[in-house]
Amino acid sequence: MPARRIELMLCTGTGCVAGGALRIKEALEAELARHGLPDEVSVVPTGCNGFCGQGPLLVVLPDQIFYGWLKTDDIPFLVQEHFLKGRPVQRLMFMPPEKKERIPLLGDIPFFKKQMLLVLRNKGVIDPEKIEDYIARDGYVALEKVLTTLTPFDVIEEITRSGLRGRGGAGFPTGVKWKVCRSEKKIPKYIIGNCDEGDPGAYMDRSLLESDPHSLVEGITIAAYAIGASQGFVYVRTEYPLAIQRLRGAIIQANEYGLLGERILGSNFSFNLEIREGSGAFVCGEETSLIHSIEGGSPEPRQRPPFPAQVGLWGCPTVINNVETLANVPQIISRGADWFAGIGTETSKGTKIFSLVGKINNTGLIEVPMGITLREIINDIGGGIPGGKQLKAVQTGGPSGGCIPNSHIDLPIDYESLKEVGSMMGSGGMIVMDEDTCMVDVSKFFVQFTNDESCGKCSACRDGSDALLEVLTRITEGEGREGDVEFLEELGAAVKDASMCGLGTTLPNPVLTTIRYFRDEYDAHIKEKRCPAKVCKSLTAYWIDPKLCQACLICMRECPGQSIYGEKNIIHVIDQGKCTKCGVCFDVCPPNFDAVKKLSGVPVPSVERGIKVERKKRGKPEQEQVHA
Amino acid sequence: MAKLTLDELRQKRAEAQKGIYLREGEFRGKIIVHMGTCGIAAGARSIVAAFLEELEHSGMKDIQVTTSGCAGLCSKEPMATVEMRNSPPVKYGELTPEKARKIFKDHVVGGAAAAEYALGIGSERGA
Repeated sequence: MPARRIELMLCTGTGCVAGGALRIKEALEAELARHGLPDEVSVVPTGCNGFCGQGPLLVVLPDQIFYGWLKTDDIPFLVQEHFLKGRPVQRLMFMPPEKKERIPLLGDIPFFKKQMLLVLRNKGVIDPEKIEDYIARDGYVALEKVLTTLTPFDVIEEITRSGLRGRGGAGFPTGVKWKVCRSEKKIPKYIIGNCDEGDPGAYMDRSLLESDPHSLVEGITIAAYAIGASQGFVYVRTEYPLAIQRLRGAIIQANEYGLLGERILGSNFSFNLEIREGSGAFVCGEETSLIHSIEGGSPEPRQRPPFPAQVGLWGCPTVINNVETLANVPQIISRGADWFAGIGTETSKGTKIFSLVGKINNTGLIEVPMGITLREIINDIGGGIPGGKQLKAVQTGGPSGGCIPNSHIDLPIDYESLKEVGSMMGSGGMIVMDEDTCMVDVSKFFVQFTNDESCGKCSACRDGSDALLEVLTRITEGEGREGDVEFLEELGAAVKDASMCGLGTTLPNPVLTTIRYFRDEYDAHIKEKRCPAKVCKSLTAYWIDPKLCQACLICMRECPGQSIYGEKNIIHVIDQGKCTKCGVCFDVCPPNFDAVKKLSGVPVPSVERGIKVERKKRGKPEQEQVHA
Repeated sequence: MAKLTLDELRQKRAEAQKGIYLREGEFRGKIIVHMGTCGIAAGARSIVAAFLEELEHSGMKDIQVTTSGCAGLCSKEPMATVEMRNSPPVKYGELTPEKARKIFKDHVVGGAAAAEYALGIGSERGA
């Protein structure tokens, strides 16, 4: 390949593609051609860069300049200024929230600075559709080492010593699982990569496959060698088309190169890898359901033990590892167990990928060492909460996890610490919530999700989630009764105890943790019929403060239900009987009037119709104390 | 494609590494071609091409060819600055592709500034 002076690493993960990255790519290529630059400057499509909130984005190498929020209109100027004349374009660089100066270099942006890239070391640096790029970054070095110098037992020993634990949620030691499977007499054995990622707001596994599919292919091949499997599957949900496309491409290339298939790299080890697409049922992430799904049955879990490592796919010993777990394996093999064990906390080694979403300035995908605190993640990497609002809680582990209140913000994150506060690592979803979030509503949301997704096989999960949902719905609708909270706690504990699989045993977590940390909000809903965050519709009313209303007609015009009475110079009044509480009036009332108020737990003051507005002097009207 | 043996894989890796060296970020030296409007008009594009060609022939992976704006001495364009690690930057002026090739051989490969084309040693200081 001829020498070039610039490479443009253009993110083509799902998020950026949705934001128009492919159009940006076309525009870049057209402009570069117009200036006769394609020989000197190349565009490299990469997987997810991680800073999804800034997409579409690109990183200019070797200068390391980061450009975000690109539009096709920016491209001609950008190409001429930077890639031709060498003058980086300020206005497309990253502007940190609530700051005035832009940050040119990727490495200086706080979002990237505190991250530690192990599993995602290739993200944004390679073209995921080119095996050469992966190989150049020491790809398949670990496989070489395994096939030439290590026995399967050496590999298992190395993984055990490294302290690697399952990244799918439960945190089971990977080496132990492999050893159990290896020591089973029955053959054939199978290995399965679990990429059935179903948590709302989580996309770690998808991004991993999109940005570096070969790290999974290499990892699962090493795992197969260790346990003695010659057939493997990667279970991906159909709704991840790009991830599937890139993984499929990677498998084809690896087969062509002889890194998969018969007698890999001339050794005696053969391994065939295939993709199995799931239809996206949440319960399929549970290993026994996943096995049933691959076998062609309906995805229902079964009682364990026996564990899949003993009796799994088609009754044969089977290891199921999360794809992030498997992608750690090549790194551990090539850099050594001691190196890996040196990262993280006493019980949790290495790094973890989280998707940082919700009420956070820097939305994106991050990889951080175990033991990092929530404060570092939210304030440093995440750039804090938008609008200067207060952090209320963080939900980790999706619908199976729990809410961690802001009083625990200095909690170092690992498997044990999260369990202690009632949550769990889960696969790595991290939803940030600010003061405007109602915790009862949040727990209702998650139970609604798990109730929908419950397969219905065992009654504890099926009927238990029904009952939890019914009570939570009642509370949010203002029909809460004395004793409801105690009932939720008791039922939650019972569902945890009596459910068969991980879905049921963890589904009460959001309810139990919100009760544990936000009991006062439940009490306010039940006893005072008040929603402190003013989210629950049945407990909230919109009201126009007659002292602040300037009769500007905006809310009247925008109200979809025509529930606002008023005219020019006549103060507007919401007809409480007709109001659907959609909140449009609240959103459109000009901030300098700030006349529309949300009320909860207090009677709505009645306002006569036809009052003439008293014009105030220009500028902000005096703030009046309103009922909270 | 035929299946790879171990040695072939290693060979492939060495080849592939050449393709991605810009991404590794460790450079011993940097050639900056000044590409203001004046520079481009005076032929800076052909200077960039000459440097890139030489770089490719040399097989060196720790040299970066880059561009920057007008250096302020428009009458001496095309110009380039060569910055090698641990030695002061050297500015060259009134370049032609042939001079660029010689500078690459003498200064970047050989380590001694091509004095005959040099305008001066050092670079401007920031305020």
